[in-house]
Amino acid sequence: MSLLQSLAQRDRVFDFMAPQASPVDVRHGPILYMEDVTVSFDGFKAINNLNLTINDGELRCIIGPNGAGKTTMMDIITGKTRPNSGSVWFGSRHNLLHMNEPDIASLGIGRKFQKPTVFEALSVFENLELAMAADKRIFPTLTARMTGEIKDRIDEVLETIGLTTLRHQPAGILSHGQKQWLEIGMLLMQRPRLLLVDEPVAGMTEQEMERTAELLTGLAGKQSVVVVEHDMGFVRSIARQVTVLHQGSVLAEGTMEQVSSDPKVIEVYLGADDEEAA
Amino acid sequence: MRRFLSLGLLCLLLLNITVTAQAQTSSTNTADDAAALELLEALDVESYTAKGEAITAILQSDDERARDWLQALLDGRLQRTDDGRFVLVLENRGRDWPVADVLTGEALGEMSRRDLERIGINNNLRNQLRSAIAVVDLYSPNVERRRISAERLLGEVDGELVQPINTLIEQEEDEQVRYRLTQAVAIYRAEAGEMAGVEALDGSLHPRSRVALSRAANSDDPVVGNAAAASLAGIEQQLKINRGLETLYFGLSLGSVLVLAAIGLAITFGVMGVINMAHGELMMLGAYTTWAMQQLLPGQPGLALILSIPAGFMVAALAGIAIERGVIQFLKGRPLETLLATFGISLILQQLVRTVISPLNRTVITPEWMSGSLVINDALSLTLNRMVVLGFALVVFASLMLIMRRTRLGLEVRAVTQNRAMARSMGIRATRVDIMTFALGSGVAGLAGVALSQLTNVGPNLGQNYIIDSFMVVVFGGVGNLWGTLVAGLSLGVINQVLEPWAGAVLAKIIVLVFIILFIQKRPRGLFPQKGRAAEG
Amino acid sequence: MSLTTESSTNFWLTRPFSERSTQIFLGVLLAALALVTILHVAVPPDNPLHVGAYTVNLFGKYLSYALLAVAVDLVWGYLGILSLGHGAFFAIGGYAMGMYLMRQIGDRGTYGHPVLPDFMVFLNWDSLPWFWQGFDMAWFAFAMVLLAPGLLALVFGFLAFRSRVTGVYLSIITQALTFALMLAFFRNEMGFGGNNGLTDFRELLGYNLRSNDTRLGLFLATGVALGLGYILCRAIVTSKLGRVSIATRDAEARTRFLGYRVERFQLFVFVVSAMLAGLAGALYVPQVGIINPSEFSPIFSIEIVLWVALGGRATLYGAVIGAILVNYAKTIFTGVMPDAWLFALGAMFVLVTVFLPKGVAGLFRYLKRRKRDDSANPDHKHTPEEASA
Repeated sequence: MSLLQSLAQRDRVFDFMAPQASPVDVRHGPILYMEDVTVSFDGFKAINNLNLTINDGELRCIIGPNGAGKTTMMDIITGKTRPNSGSVWFGSRHNLLHMNEPDIASLGIGRKFQKPTVFEALSVFENLELAMAADKRIFPTLTARMTGEIKDRIDEVLETIGLTTLRHQPAGILSHGQKQWLEIGMLLMQRPRLLLVDEPVAGMTEQEMERTAELLTGLAGKQSVVVVEHDMGFVRSIARQVTVLHQGSVLAEGTMEQVSSDPKVIEVYLGADDEEAA
Repeated sequence: MRRFLSLGLLCLLLLNITVTAQAQTSSTNTADDAAALELLEALDVESYTAKGEAITAILQSDDERARDWLQALLDGRLQRTDDGRFVLVLENRGRDWPVADVLTGEALGEMSRRDLERIGINNNLRNQLRSAIAVVDLYSPNVERRRISAERLLGEVDGELVQPINTLIEQEEDEQVRYRLTQAVAIYRAEAGEMAGVEALDGSLHPRSRVALSRAANSDDPVVGNAAAASLAGIEQQLKINRGLETLYFGLSLGSVLVLAAIGLAITFGVMGVINMAHGELMMLGAYTTWAMQQLLPGQPGLALILSIPAGFMVAALAGIAIERGVIQFLKGRPLETLLATFGISLILQQLVRTVISPLNRTVITPEWMSGSLVINDALSLTLNRMVVLGFALVVFASLMLIMRRTRLGLEVRAVTQNRAMARSMGIRATRVDIMTFALGSGVAGLAGVALSQLTNVGPNLGQNYIIDSFMVVVFGGVGNLWGTLVAGLSLGVINQVLEPWAGAVLAKIIVLVFIILFIQKRPRGLFPQKGRAAEG
Repeated sequence: MSLTTESSTNFWLTRPFSERSTQIFLGVLLAALALVTILHVAVPPDNPLHVGAYTVNLFGKYLSYALLAVAVDLVWGYLGILSLGHGAFFAIGGYAMGMYLMRQIGDRGTYGHPVLPDFMVFLNWDSLPWFWQGFDMAWFAFAMVLLAPGLLALVFGFLAFRSRVTGVYLSIITQALTFALMLAFFRNEMGFGGNNGLTDFRELLGYNLRSNDTRLGLFLATGVALGLGYILCRAIVTSKLGRVSIATRDAEARTRFLGYRVERFQLFVFVVSAMLAGLAGALYVPQVGIINPSEFSPIFSIEIVLWVALGGRATLYGAVIGAILVNYAKTIFTGVMPDAWLFALGAMFVLVTVFLPKGVAGLFRYLKRRKRDDSANPDHKHTPEEASA
């Protein structure tokens, strides 16, 4: 956006002039609505005419071979990548293509990255504190105080993700699985309407996986959850609705049984021999 | 004064024809040395008028050494010793000067400048001598001399000279000399208000022609005046174009230097994400290699320069490998620390050169085939050294392009640039690629240094002056893109030169820096950005 | 750091006082100021313990450098922005002070002009340029000391952070900034004295700059400014904003996804840092008696970064230690063997980055922890340093 354009949009220059963030409108059903989205990098179409609808409170699994466009899809929803064409709506009021990352985040879309990214120099407690839904402008942040209420909320999440005893440790020393949970915990602190979870169980032990499955299914209903995952066993254990992506567009959609018996899906997966090697 | 001179010239013109003929038939010097000495003695008088007469006398003598005497007199190198001998000072630098006998031409060794006395002349005599030498030279068998002297005659022709020059024009074989002499006559005619002169000067870009035309434009004859004014307008237009071309040439030349300096940086920065602040000092090493090579091969600057190309590459590449192995490899994934450490290395290298060689600038000789300039017309001449450097930059760029596109190393380098982890899992030894890349980038810096030694002073600060500019080029062009570097380097060079005339050198530089800072607002990844997930890293 | 997070419900500015490290730092600083004052005033000049006016002046210079280093550590250590142009903010603060001091000379200059400084008379200017107006008033000049560098940082940072220029790009651009300013200030037409800069100052707020008492006063003022600057920075880094900064340093994109407008946080901290640098410059100038464009040179800015690196990033007190150590070494070296200084400086850059990435402060902490581990808890696992990036 050029300087002139941003100046022309006077309401976005100063925070106090910004219109109050309006609540997400889900009266018409879907909380996320992507239509005809296309993205290309130097001619390669990472996303090709993608259409996807997520209902409020739904738990949706998205599977697909490497390069199917799963991560790029999340980049588009969170504002990191701008599509070449198409439209993306959050509820029926917010056009995500007109918003930047922090705006989208404060609107209630939380994202867990493929590679767990926690703030390693900060303690587990501080990681959760930063993630918490709060006034995130500069001066409120500078003068923010730690109230009992906030502490209780953090303790509650610490309990949920099972990291209470490690609360004062720097996040850098956590194991891989613990970092994944901390990330999920940070998402919970944000109280998002929609959670995007990228490969939550990669590198986890069997037990850790079970706990994660519990965590995610426990969230659905209150929040909408989109899980991108490679591990078929894990997907089978949590999924009600599954979407199969292939070459940037939707190949099949339905319950796990429906899609796994779909001949197109079988062909794609038999042809792709490195699906586990992500 | 003028009248006296032109008379002298006329006599000389007629006389000299015979002198040249004589000199061509008999190569041995038969003139009487005693008579010659007498001519020279006449120069050593107080009165400048008497000196002028003595000069005329020398011109009228048929001594074929006359030209050399007059030239020496003009340059202040005709001097007299305490014991009354006339000597020619060969080089007047330092305390003791090598001298030669004027009459015999025999070298007399060095003499202290205190034992010598110069034969002084004033400005009038200087002008007289210049014209006289020009006319003498018109008869020289050497084409180069005839060309120079013909150019000197522009604006010096008077009514009495027109006729003999016209005769000369008919006899002259060289195209350029003929053109100049014709112009010289035309200038005289135009200034005299003659239409023929004005017509002949149409399209001439020489500054003296313009003076003549503007005088003719004030002529009483309106026809001549209008024609001259029209010609002048056309010439102004031509000059504007030529000035534009010259700016473009200087811009491209500066740009080629920037490209040379930046392209090695683009490779190391693009592939390894490493900012090498010692890059400029690697260039400095290349320049000093050229200097050292010329010290090793005295008297053969051309050969030394050619040998410096591989040598400069090797020296800088080895230094680069030492830096990579010694420091950078320990700072993987910490680009900011790498920047600081390499800055430290740059300080050490600079100080090393200051201590070991000298804090002063060293002179690197420009070989003959690179000095001089290519004359396009009177308003535009392109210096050869800049042209060679421009060509060299393009050759280096093309070779790098070939290495990147056509060799195994290039393939591996591109693979590592795009995805280090993936490349490694494919069996590419990323460490080896790092070393090779760094050596290549550093070697190119060495080449840049060799080229720079032909354009600027070679000193310990040589690299420092280019490092910020080179980074600007890389940032402007887009990291990891050689084409971007080329386009960015050349265009920054041209922009700088275009701005300079009306903003001044310093302000032009500031404007360019501000421009780049603003440009990055618009395109944070440069002119030719890499796209895709890998680029976001 | 993590221990204070939960318990600190008090006012953000007073929070640093409950920290042990700040208490120690302020204690040492106050003790040093008191000691130097006593040794200068109370000990007779013939006593070997006497601290001369020259040394007091030198210490004052070190303290202003230390404040500058704290400013750089705030952006580099906590925000991950390696500014190679902080010398520019320092110099601009210095020029603002210099302009005030020039106007204080009044008609006592060589040319005796009642208003125009000598160099303007020399350049045949007949009136004061607009940007010199108001600098005869101390309050205005002192405000400019903070506002001018702050404004430059605001404009530059706004442009840079908005388009997400970070990492080495930002370093290079900041270097270009200070380089461009250096070229500009070298020009006589700029109206800042060109090559020679501003000098021949006489008095500050009516105190004669050449008197020993003024020098002691300036030294103490610089010490107080350093203490206040340190507390301010400490308050920022221990606040939630400080934790957002660290989060930005380590994972900028992640912080953005949490809903923080990273570029505004960067801009805020950058501007605060620039103002502190300007203040340091303003305290430096009356103590050295001159300000010229060489303070803008890229090498000076990068040297500041070395002080911080040597002392230890992201500690603030490390920056102070580093600034004093390096400049003390510089004083010694340039006196004894000037040629060797650049070798030593270059070697320091390499050695610190390769062998001592956490600086002297990191070394302290390592030794302290090892002692504790050996005596109390042999099984304790070493935790990664805060400044792991």
